[in-house]
Amino acid sequence: MTNENLIQYLYGIADNSLILGQRLGELCGHGPTLETDIALTNISLDLFGQVRSYFQYLAELSKDDLTEDDLAFLRKEREYKNLLLVEQPNTDFAYIIVRQYFFDVFHYMLLEKLQDSKNVNLQGIAKKSIKEVAYHQRFSGDWLLRLGDGTEESKQKVQQAVSDLWVFTDELFHVTKDDEAVIKAGHGVDVRLLKDDYYAKITNQLKQATLEVPETKYFQKGGKQGIHSEHMGYILADMQFMQRAYPDMKW
Amino acid sequence: MNTTQDIDPKIYSILKDVSDPEIPVLSIVDMGVVRSAKLLENNRVKVEITPTYSGCPAMDVIGDDVKKAFQDKGYQAEVKLILSPAWTTDWMTDEAKQALKEYGIAPPMDATSDKEALLGNKKIIECPQCGSTNTKLVSQFASTACKAMFKCEDCKEPFDYFKCLI
Repeated sequence: MTNENLIQYLYGIADNSLILGQRLGELCGHGPTLETDIALTNISLDLFGQVRSYFQYLAELSKDDLTEDDLAFLRKEREYKNLLLVEQPNTDFAYIIVRQYFFDVFHYMLLEKLQDSKNVNLQGIAKKSIKEVAYHQRFSGDWLLRLGDGTEESKQKVQQAVSDLWVFTDELFHVTKDDEAVIKAGHGVDVRLLKDDYYAKITNQLKQATLEVPETKYFQKGGKQGIHSEHMGYILADMQFMQRAYPDMKW
Repeated sequence: MNTTQDIDPKIYSILKDVSDPEIPVLSIVDMGVVRSAKLLENNRVKVEITPTYSGCPAMDVIGDDVKKAFQDKGYQAEVKLILSPAWTTDWMTDEAKQALKEYGIAPPMDATSDKEALLGNKKIIECPQCGSTNTKLVSQFASTACKAMFKCEDCKEPFDYFKCLI
Protein backbone atom coordinates (compact mmCIF):
# COMPACT_ATOMS: atom_id res chain seq x y z
CA MET A 1 0.00 0.00 0.00
CA THR A 2 1.41 3.39 -1.00
CA ASN A 3 0.72 6.70 0.67
CA GLU A 4 -1.29 7.73 -2.40
CA ASN A 5 -3.49 4.61 -2.12
CA LEU A 6 -4.36 5.54 1.44
CA ILE A 7 -5.02 9.18 0.51
CA GLN A 8 -7.45 8.17 -2.24
CA TYR A 9 -9.13 5.64 0.05
CA LEU A 10 -9.65 8.35 2.66
CA TYR A 11 -11.19 10.71 0.11
CA GLY A 12 -13.57 7.92 -0.83
CA ILE A 13 -14.87 7.86 2.73
CA ALA A 14 -14.53 11.49 3.83
CA ASP A 15 -16.07 13.08 0.73
CA ASN A 16 -19.35 11.23 1.35
CA SER A 17 -19.70 12.95 4.71
CA LEU A 18 -18.60 16.28 3.27
CA ILE A 19 -21.05 16.36 0.36
CA LEU A 20 -23.97 14.89 2.29
CA GLY A 21 -23.22 17.32 5.11
CA GLN A 22 -23.34 20.17 2.60
CA ARG A 23 -26.65 18.91 1.14
CA LEU A 24 -28.20 18.73 4.60
CA GLY A 25 -26.76 22.12 5.45
CA GLU A 26 -28.81 23.60 2.60
CA LEU A 27 -31.86 22.74 4.67
CA CYS A 28 -30.90 24.97 7.57
CA GLY A 29 -33.98 27.12 8.11
CA HIS A 30 -35.86 25.27 5.33
CA GLY A 31 -36.78 21.97 6.99
CA PRO A 32 -40.45 20.97 6.83
CA THR A 33 -40.89 21.40 10.59
CA LEU A 34 -38.70 22.94 13.27
CA GLU A 35 -37.83 19.53 14.75
CA THR A 36 -36.83 17.93 11.45
CA ASP A 37 -34.93 21.07 10.45
CA ILE A 38 -32.90 20.88 13.65
CA ALA A 39 -32.41 17.13 13.34
CA LEU A 40 -31.16 17.27 9.74
CA THR A 41 -28.75 20.11 10.45
CA ASN A 42 -27.52 18.30 13.57
CA ILE A 43 -26.77 15.29 11.39
CA SER A 44 -24.99 17.64 8.99
CA LEU A 45 -22.89 18.94 11.88
CA ASP A 46 -21.92 15.42 12.93
CA LEU A 47 -20.86 14.64 9.36
CA PHE A 48 -18.77 17.81 9.11
CA GLY A 49 -17.10 16.97 12.41
CA GLN A 50 -16.18 13.55 11.05
CA VAL A 51 -14.89 15.11 7.84
CA ARG A 52 -12.58 17.37 9.83
CA SER A 53 -11.05 14.35 11.55
CA TYR A 54 -10.42 12.62 8.20
CA PHE A 55 -9.09 15.79 6.55
CA GLN A 56 -6.75 16.61 9.43
CA TYR A 57 -5.29 13.14 9.02
CA LEU A 58 -5.19 13.55 5.22
CA ALA A 59 -3.39 16.88 5.60
CA GLU A 60 -0.75 15.08 7.69
CA LEU A 61 -0.36 12.44 4.99
CA SER A 62 -0.07 14.84 2.08
CA LYS A 63 3.41 16.00 1.15
CA ASP A 64 2.36 19.39 -0.16
CA ASP A 65 1.75 21.17 3.11
CA LEU A 66 -2.02 21.22 2.57
CA THR A 67 -4.54 22.20 5.23
CA GLU A 68 -7.98 20.74 5.93
CA ASP A 69 -9.50 23.83 4.28
CA ASP A 70 -7.58 23.26 1.05
CA LEU A 71 -8.85 19.71 0.95
CA ALA A 72 -12.46 20.67 1.60
CA PHE A 73 -12.71 23.73 -0.60
CA LEU A 74 -10.02 23.90 -3.23
CA ARG A 75 -10.23 20.63 -5.12
CA LYS A 76 -11.76 20.34 -8.56
CA GLU A 77 -14.88 18.30 -9.28
CA ARG A 78 -13.02 15.24 -10.56
CA GLU A 79 -10.93 15.15 -7.38
CA TYR A 80 -13.96 14.58 -5.12
CA LYS A 81 -14.52 10.87 -4.62
CA ASN A 82 -17.98 10.81 -3.03
CA LEU A 83 -20.75 8.44 -4.06
CA LEU A 84 -23.40 9.64 -6.51
CA LEU A 85 -26.09 8.92 -3.90
CA VAL A 86 -24.99 11.65 -1.48
CA GLU A 87 -24.90 14.42 -4.10
CA GLN A 88 -28.52 13.89 -5.19
CA PRO A 89 -30.64 16.99 -4.60
CA ASN A 90 -33.12 17.75 -1.80
CA THR A 91 -36.07 17.16 -4.15
CA ASP A 92 -38.54 16.82 -1.26
CA PHE A 93 -38.59 15.49 2.30
CA ALA A 94 -39.14 11.91 1.06
CA TYR A 95 -35.96 12.08 -1.05
CA ILE A 96 -34.03 13.55 1.86
CA ILE A 97 -35.09 10.72 4.16
CA VAL A 98 -34.54 7.91 1.65
CA ARG A 99 -31.11 9.25 0.60
CA GLN A 100 -30.22 9.51 4.28
CA TYR A 101 -31.47 6.04 5.13
CA PHE A 102 -29.71 4.38 2.18
CA PHE A 103 -26.48 6.08 3.24
CA ASP A 104 -26.83 5.69 7.02
CA VAL A 105 -27.24 1.91 6.89
CA PHE A 106 -24.13 1.64 4.73
CA HIS A 107 -22.21 4.17 6.81
CA TYR A 108 -22.92 2.28 10.02
CA MET A 109 -21.80 -1.05 8.54
CA LEU A 110 -18.63 0.52 7.16
CA LEU A 111 -17.69 2.15 10.47
CA GLU A 112 -18.44 -1.05 12.35
CA LYS A 113 -15.72 -2.80 10.35
CA LEU A 114 -13.39 0.22 10.23
CA GLN A 115 -13.08 0.00 14.01
CA ASP A 116 -10.92 -3.09 13.42
CA SER A 117 -8.61 -1.33 10.95
CA LYS A 118 -4.88 -1.73 11.50
CA ASN A 119 -4.65 2.02 11.04
CA VAL A 120 -4.99 3.60 14.49
CA ASN A 121 -6.16 6.95 13.08
CA LEU A 122 -9.00 5.32 11.16
CA GLN A 123 -9.82 3.16 14.16
CA GLY A 124 -10.14 6.25 16.34
CA ILE A 125 -12.35 8.14 13.90
CA ALA A 126 -14.57 5.08 13.36
CA LYS A 127 -15.06 4.47 17.07
CA LYS A 128 -16.03 8.08 17.56
CA SER A 129 -18.29 8.43 14.51
CA ILE A 130 -20.23 5.19 14.85
CA LYS A 131 -21.90 6.43 18.02
CA GLU A 132 -23.25 9.41 16.12
CA VAL A 133 -24.26 7.44 13.05
CA ALA A 134 -26.31 5.09 15.23
CA TYR A 135 -28.59 8.07 15.93
CA HIS A 136 -28.70 9.11 12.26
CA GLN A 137 -29.81 5.64 11.25
CA ARG A 138 -32.48 5.58 13.91
CA PHE A 139 -33.82 8.95 12.73
CA SER A 140 -33.94 8.14 9.00
CA GLY A 141 -35.20 4.58 9.60
CA ASP A 142 -38.08 5.84 11.76
CA TRP A 143 -39.08 8.45 9.21
CA LEU A 144 -39.01 5.90 6.41
CA LEU A 145 -41.56 3.83 8.33
CA ARG A 146 -43.69 6.87 9.09
CA LEU A 147 -43.77 8.11 5.52
CA GLY A 148 -44.23 4.68 3.95
CA ASP A 149 -46.94 3.60 6.32
CA GLY A 150 -48.38 7.11 6.53
CA THR A 151 -50.85 8.90 4.26
CA GLU A 152 -51.54 8.06 0.65
CA GLU A 153 -49.53 11.08 -0.45
CA SER A 154 -46.52 10.40 1.78
CA LYS A 155 -46.46 6.81 0.61
CA GLN A 156 -46.57 7.77 -3.04
CA LYS A 157 -43.75 10.31 -2.58
CA VAL A 158 -41.50 8.05 -0.58
CA GLN A 159 -42.06 5.19 -3.05
CA GLN A 160 -40.99 7.52 -5.86
CA ALA A 161 -37.85 8.47 -3.93
CA VAL A 162 -37.01 4.81 -3.25
CA SER A 163 -37.41 3.90 -6.93
CA ASP A 164 -35.34 6.89 -8.11
CA LEU A 165 -32.51 6.58 -5.59
CA TRP A 166 -32.26 2.79 -5.77
CA VAL A 167 -30.03 3.03 -8.87
CA PHE A 168 -27.31 4.65 -6.76
CA THR A 169 -27.12 1.91 -4.11
CA ASP A 170 -24.90 -0.55 -5.96
CA GLU A 171 -22.06 1.96 -6.10
CA LEU A 172 -21.74 1.82 -2.30
CA PHE A 173 -20.03 -1.54 -2.77
CA HIS A 174 -17.71 -0.54 -5.56
CA VAL A 175 -14.00 -1.02 -4.84
CA THR A 176 -11.34 0.99 -6.68
CA LYS A 177 -7.73 -0.07 -7.27
CA ASP A 178 -6.62 2.22 -4.44
CA ASP A 179 -9.24 0.69 -2.14
CA GLU A 180 -8.01 -2.77 -3.07
CA ALA A 181 -4.47 -1.97 -1.94
CA VAL A 182 -5.65 -0.42 1.31
CA ILE A 183 -7.95 -3.39 2.04
CA LYS A 184 -5.10 -5.79 1.37
CA ALA A 185 -2.90 -3.96 3.87
CA GLY A 186 -5.59 -4.39 6.52
CA HIS A 187 -6.26 -0.67 6.80
CA GLY A 188 -9.47 -0.52 4.78
CA VAL A 189 -12.82 -2.29 4.75
CA ASP A 190 -13.82 -4.59 1.92
CA VAL A 191 -17.28 -3.15 1.31
CA ARG A 192 -18.15 -5.94 -1.14
CA LEU A 193 -18.59 -8.20 1.86
CA LEU A 194 -21.24 -5.89 3.31
CA LYS A 195 -23.52 -5.99 0.27
CA ASP A 196 -25.77 -8.94 1.15
CA ASP A 197 -26.37 -7.75 4.69
CA TYR A 198 -27.05 -4.25 3.45
CA TYR A 199 -29.72 -5.28 0.96
CA ALA A 200 -31.28 -7.67 3.47
CA LYS A 201 -31.52 -4.88 5.99
CA ILE A 202 -33.00 -2.20 3.74
CA THR A 203 -35.36 -4.66 2.05
CA ASN A 204 -36.71 -5.61 5.43
CA GLN A 205 -37.20 -1.97 6.44
CA LEU A 206 -38.91 -1.12 3.12
CA LYS A 207 -41.30 -4.02 3.57
CA GLN A 208 -42.09 -2.91 7.09
CA ALA A 209 -42.80 0.53 5.69
CA THR A 210 -45.26 -1.19 3.26
CA LEU A 211 -43.15 -0.06 0.33
CA GLU A 212 -42.21 -1.94 -2.80
CA VAL A 213 -38.61 -3.01 -3.24
CA PRO A 214 -37.40 -1.99 -6.72
CA GLU A 215 -36.39 -4.85 -8.97
CA THR A 216 -34.28 -2.85 -11.37
CA LYS A 217 -30.91 -4.32 -12.20
CA TYR A 218 -29.63 -1.12 -13.77
CA PHE A 219 -27.31 0.85 -11.52
CA GLN A 220 -25.37 4.09 -11.91
CA LYS A 221 -21.84 4.57 -10.75
CA GLY A 222 -18.94 6.95 -11.26
CA GLY A 223 -18.66 9.14 -8.18
CA LYS A 224 -15.84 7.07 -6.70
CA GLN A 225 -13.85 7.69 -9.90
CA GLY A 226 -14.62 11.40 -9.74
CA ILE A 227 -17.22 11.25 -12.50
CA HIS A 228 -20.20 12.95 -10.98
CA SER A 229 -23.81 13.73 -11.82
CA GLU A 230 -24.90 17.14 -13.11
CA HIS A 231 -25.72 18.24 -9.54
CA MET A 232 -22.16 18.16 -8.28
CA GLY A 233 -20.94 21.36 -9.94
CA TYR A 234 -23.69 23.36 -8.27
CA ILE A 235 -22.86 21.99 -4.83
CA LEU A 236 -19.21 22.87 -5.27
CA ALA A 237 -20.00 26.35 -6.59
CA ASP A 238 -22.03 26.98 -3.47
CA MET A 239 -19.54 25.38 -1.12
CA GLN A 240 -16.35 26.83 -2.57
CA PHE A 241 -17.60 30.35 -3.21
CA MET A 242 -16.42 31.88 0.07
CA GLN A 243 -12.99 30.26 -0.01
CA ARG A 244 -12.37 31.33 -3.60
CA ALA A 245 -13.70 34.87 -3.06
CA TYR A 246 -11.79 35.34 0.20
CA PRO A 247 -8.77 33.03 -0.03
CA ASP A 248 -7.35 31.47 3.15
CA MET A 249 -10.51 31.79 5.23
CA LYS A 250 -10.70 29.24 8.04
CA TRP A 251 -13.86 27.21 8.62
CA MET B 1 -12.53 13.67 38.40
CA ASN B 2 -13.02 10.04 37.38
CA THR B 3 -10.50 7.26 37.11
CA THR B 4 -10.05 7.49 33.35
CA GLN B 5 -8.62 11.00 33.57
CA ASP B 6 -4.98 11.76 34.18
CA ILE B 7 -4.82 15.23 35.64
CA ASP B 8 -1.94 16.61 37.69
CA PRO B 9 -3.49 17.53 41.10
CA LYS B 10 -1.48 20.77 41.18
CA ILE B 11 -3.40 22.19 38.23
CA TYR B 12 -6.69 20.40 38.79
CA SER B 13 -8.44 23.40 40.33
CA ILE B 14 -7.63 25.63 37.35
CA LEU B 15 -9.28 23.19 34.93
CA LYS B 16 -12.18 22.57 37.26
CA ASP B 17 -13.11 26.26 36.93
CA VAL B 18 -13.36 26.11 33.12
CA SER B 19 -16.98 25.53 32.18
CA ASP B 20 -18.65 24.07 29.11
CA PRO B 21 -19.73 27.02 26.93
CA GLU B 22 -22.99 25.30 25.95
CA ILE B 23 -23.85 24.24 29.51
CA PRO B 24 -22.22 26.82 31.80
CA VAL B 25 -23.03 24.95 35.03
CA LEU B 26 -20.75 22.08 34.03
CA SER B 27 -17.01 21.98 34.44
CA ILE B 28 -15.15 20.49 31.48
CA VAL B 29 -13.44 18.18 33.97
CA ASP B 30 -16.75 16.78 35.22
CA MET B 31 -17.95 16.44 31.63
CA GLY B 32 -14.99 14.15 31.00
CA VAL B 33 -13.82 16.38 28.15
CA VAL B 34 -10.37 16.86 29.73
CA ARG B 35 -8.49 13.59 29.30
CA SER B 36 -5.12 14.53 30.69
CA ALA B 37 -3.21 17.53 31.97
CA LYS B 38 0.49 17.52 32.66
CA LEU B 39 2.68 20.13 34.28
CA LEU B 40 5.96 20.51 32.38
CA GLU B 41 9.01 22.62 33.16
CA ASN B 42 9.02 26.42 32.87
CA ASN B 43 5.34 26.66 33.85
CA ARG B 44 4.24 25.00 30.66
CA VAL B 45 1.17 22.78 30.69
CA LYS B 46 -0.01 20.19 28.20
CA VAL B 47 -3.75 19.49 28.14
CA GLU B 48 -5.56 16.87 26.07
CA ILE B 49 -9.26 17.34 25.39
CA THR B 50 -11.74 15.16 23.48
CA PRO B 51 -15.01 16.21 21.81
CA THR B 52 -18.38 14.92 22.99
CA TYR B 53 -19.56 14.79 19.36
CA SER B 54 -17.23 15.06 16.32
CA GLY B 55 -18.83 18.25 15.13
CA CYS B 56 -19.12 19.88 18.54
CA PRO B 57 -18.66 23.58 17.77
CA ALA B 58 -17.70 24.27 21.40
CA MET B 59 -14.29 22.61 21.10
CA ASP B 60 -12.47 25.68 19.79
CA VAL B 61 -13.97 27.82 22.55
CA ILE B 62 -13.04 25.23 25.18
CA GLY B 63 -9.46 25.16 23.89
CA ASP B 64 -9.24 28.95 24.09
CA ASP B 65 -10.84 29.03 27.54
CA VAL B 66 -8.32 26.49 28.84
CA LYS B 67 -5.41 28.54 27.49
CA LYS B 68 -6.80 31.70 29.03
CA ALA B 69 -7.45 30.10 32.42
CA PHE B 70 -3.83 28.95 32.59
CA GLN B 71 -2.51 32.26 31.30
CA ASP B 72 -4.32 34.06 34.13
CA LYS B 73 -2.44 31.89 36.63
CA GLY B 74 0.93 32.39 34.99
CA TYR B 75 1.09 29.16 32.99
CA GLN B 76 1.41 28.60 29.29
CA ALA B 77 -0.90 25.86 28.06
CA GLU B 78 -0.74 23.79 24.91
CA VAL B 79 -4.08 22.15 24.06
CA LYS B 80 -4.33 19.04 21.94
CA LEU B 81 -7.55 17.54 20.58
CA ILE B 82 -7.64 13.75 20.70
CA LEU B 83 -10.29 11.34 19.37
CA SER B 84 -9.53 8.10 21.05
CA PRO B 85 -10.67 6.64 23.25
CA ALA B 86 -14.00 8.10 22.15
CA TRP B 87 -15.95 10.14 24.67
CA THR B 88 -18.82 8.43 26.45
CA THR B 89 -21.54 9.72 28.75
CA ASP B 90 -20.14 7.25 31.31
CA TRP B 91 -17.32 9.70 31.90
CA MET B 92 -19.67 12.33 33.27
CA THR B 93 -19.41 12.43 37.03
CA ASP B 94 -22.48 12.09 39.28
CA GLU B 95 -21.87 15.68 40.27
CA ALA B 96 -22.14 16.68 36.61
CA LYS B 97 -25.36 14.70 36.16
CA GLN B 98 -26.88 16.37 39.18
CA ALA B 99 -25.81 19.81 37.91
CA LEU B 100 -27.41 19.05 34.54
CA LYS B 101 -30.68 18.14 36.18
CA GLU B 102 -30.72 21.30 38.28
CA TYR B 103 -29.98 23.29 35.13
CA GLY B 104 -33.11 21.83 33.47
CA ILE B 105 -31.53 19.14 31.29
CA ALA B 106 -32.42 15.51 31.97
CA PRO B 107 -29.11 13.64 32.49
CA PRO B 108 -28.17 10.61 30.32
CA MET B 109 -29.42 7.15 31.32
CA ASP B 110 -27.71 3.83 30.65
CA ALA B 111 -27.72 2.49 27.08
CA THR B 112 -30.68 0.11 27.40
CA SER B 113 -32.98 2.64 29.03
CA ASP B 114 -31.83 5.28 26.57
CA LYS B 115 -32.89 3.14 23.63
CA GLU B 116 -36.26 2.34 25.17
CA ALA B 117 -36.85 6.01 25.83
CA LEU B 118 -35.75 7.30 22.44
CA LEU B 119 -37.81 4.69 20.62
CA GLY B 120 -40.79 5.69 22.74
CA ASN B 121 -41.21 2.17 24.12
CA LYS B 122 -41.07 3.21 27.76
CA LYS B 123 -41.60 6.34 29.73
CA ILE B 124 -38.54 6.58 31.90
CA ILE B 125 -37.00 9.98 31.26
CA GLU B 126 -37.78 12.19 34.24
CA CYS B 127 -38.91 15.75 33.69
CA PRO B 128 -36.20 17.93 35.29
CA GLN B 129 -38.88 20.47 36.25
CA CYS B 130 -41.50 18.36 38.05
CA GLY B 131 -39.98 14.89 38.26
CA SER B 132 -42.81 13.17 36.37
CA THR B 133 -41.94 10.29 34.04
CA ASN B 134 -45.05 10.95 31.96
CA THR B 135 -42.87 12.44 29.23
CA LYS B 136 -42.86 12.19 25.47
CA LEU B 137 -40.08 12.27 22.88
CA VAL B 138 -40.51 15.20 20.49
CA SER B 139 -37.31 14.84 18.47
CA GLN B 140 -34.12 12.80 18.70
CA PHE B 141 -32.10 15.92 17.95
CA ALA B 142 -32.39 19.20 19.83
CA SER B 143 -30.57 22.50 20.40
CA THR B 144 -27.20 20.74 20.22
CA ALA B 145 -26.14 17.39 18.74
CA CYS B 146 -25.76 15.85 22.20
CA LYS B 147 -29.38 16.39 23.24
CA ALA B 148 -32.88 15.10 22.39
CA MET B 149 -36.09 17.08 22.80
CA PHE B 150 -38.77 15.90 25.22
CA LYS B 151 -42.05 17.24 26.53
CA CYS B 152 -43.56 16.64 29.95
CA GLU B 153 -47.21 15.60 29.70
CA ASP B 154 -47.88 16.62 33.30
CA CYS B 155 -46.34 20.07 33.73
CA LYS B 156 -46.48 20.64 29.93
CA GLU B 157 -42.94 22.02 29.85
CA PRO B 158 -40.56 21.08 27.03
CA PHE B 159 -37.05 20.02 28.09
CA ASP B 160 -33.75 18.70 26.75
CA TYR B 161 -32.46 15.21 27.46
CA PHE B 162 -28.72 14.58 27.26
CA LYS B 163 -28.47 11.56 24.96
CA CYS B 164 -26.54 8.54 26.04
CA LEU B 165 -23.33 7.90 24.11
CA ILE B 166 -21.59 4.64 24.90
